[in-house]
Amino acid sequence: MRRKRHGVDALVLLLLCAFAVPFFWQILTSFKPDADLLRLPPVLPSRLTGVHYMAVWQRSVIPRALVNSLGVAGITTLLAVALGLSAGYALARFRVPGAGALLLAVVAGTAFPQIAIVSPLYLLIRFLGLRDTWTALILADTSFALPLVIWLLTGFIREIPIELEEAAALDGAGRLRTLRWITVPLVAPGLLSAGLLTFLASWNEFLFAYTFTASESSRTVPVALALFPGVFEVPWGDIAAASILASVPPVLIVAGLGRFMVRGLLAGALRE
Amino acid sequence: MTGARRADRRAALLFLAPALAMLAVVSVYPAVWVFWLSLQYRIPIFDVARFAGLDHYLFLATDPRFLNAARVTLTFTAISVALELALGLMAALLLRGQTAGRQVALSLLLVPWALPSVVTAKLFEWLYHPSAGLVNFLLGGQSHNWLGDPRLALPAVILADVWRTLPFVALLCYARLLGISPEIYEAAQVDGAGPLGTFRRITLPLLRPVLLIALLFRTLDALRAFDLMFVLTGGGPANTTETLTVYAYRSLFQTLQLGLGSAIGITVFVLVMLVAWGYLAALRREAR
Repeated sequence: MRRKRHGVDALVLLLLCAFAVPFFWQILTSFKPDADLLRLPPVLPSRLTGVHYMAVWQRSVIPRALVNSLGVAGITTLLAVALGLSAGYALARFRVPGAGALLLAVVAGTAFPQIAIVSPLYLLIRFLGLRDTWTALILADTSFALPLVIWLLTGFIREIPIELEEAAALDGAGRLRTLRWITVPLVAPGLLSAGLLTFLASWNEFLFAYTFTASESSRTVPVALALFPGVFEVPWGDIAAASILASVPPVLIVAGLGRFMVRGLLAGALRE
Repeated sequence: MTGARRADRRAALLFLAPALAMLAVVSVYPAVWVFWLSLQYRIPIFDVARFAGLDHYLFLATDPRFLNAARVTLTFTAISVALELALGLMAALLLRGQTAGRQVALSLLLVPWALPSVVTAKLFEWLYHPSAGLVNFLLGGQSHNWLGDPRLALPAVILADVWRTLPFVALLCYARLLGISPEIYEAAQVDGAGPLGTFRRITLPLLRPVLLIALLFRTLDALRAFDLMFVLTGGGPANTTETLTVYAYRSLFQTLQLGLGSAIGITVFVLVMLVAWGYLAALRREAR
């Protein structure tokens, strides 16, 4: 019986590896020499090479785009979690008139299509003189992430027993001190979940970034990848290397912090 | 109202204010503005800005390109969501029994979901390459031009979308499956139910709520999908993969008709609202 179990386990893992083949294939492509790229078979290259990564690193806009993406996604995450924590705390802990309706409106807000908001947002950003800046992307990404973050954190804070906060208040701690020293440590895993989802969404975001940027000074990785230049022929090896570099943060998050991400994802989808 | 109550309310507003201000300026204000924009002729490079009334909507009602985009959107949504639900459920059932290497299995499953959709587009563009692509090679050396053939392009885009979103459905189902107590299955076994009977009478009914939620989320996302087709095919060949979102984007930022593009964006919004409303109505009827 045990041996049969192991057999099934191995088979499922094998199937999942097959499922992930498109990604593995791109990793392999990124190390293939140019001569082997447009020939198939053979499946495995004659040798592996790092020239595509060198080319992307030294002669493309990808390094700059990685910096832009890290900056925009990082600041967006901090901002969205800070604003979301504050709002979620208020909705979970105070008797706010119309809190239920507000929360419902926030949830409904997540259904609004990006494509319907992109034109007025473009005019607003142009009016504010923010075209082609990090600020424009941070504003757009933060407000797009906020509904989910508020929703998640309101739920997570409600799960914490209120007695701890009341005890702190009795000891003479003010609201802000209680929030900082009691609530935040207790809700830390929830903050991580919300933060990871925000970071991923902002790192992957394409429509706003494509529309509001105009040069490499603010283009994020997805935009740089979509616009990856080919002079006479498509540089498949370089594109593969660039797309692997763009995948590093999401893959690290899934492999290292997947538990927290999954918790946020499930809470966002399943909490009524 | 007591003083403490009033102080409480003031504190609550203070805590809420930053998030609400942000949402008001960057989300609510543009979301209202877009309706006004859709009632105007607005072509910035020619300095055109005048009232159009319902002209854009009347134009769209008989615009063959719009009707085609609507058909592509609905086809894409129906087929990809159906495949994602069926395959996601199967993946969850496979994963349920996993004992060794569960963490690795989940990571392998979730990576496609976590990748930027532009990366997914680049991955599949290469897989679909007519002469050096893995897909044609695995099919035994075919030379289909997947993204250039009007009959194959939409199925090719759908396949890429299924690949990147099936993990979401699988994860939801898997989490629910872990919550079903083994005793129910033991009881069914004692009663002599076979694997298929157990699946139909026990597993499927228990998964129903989760599947309905996945159905809603996935339908809304598929209706709004943009990145994948925009990068993979740009709406081509011959507009066979041009969804409403791609048509809206091209009108907005390639032909710079902000009014018309906004009107198309609003039709996407209306579609999304109709689906959400229908879903809630169905739930309510069921609860009664």
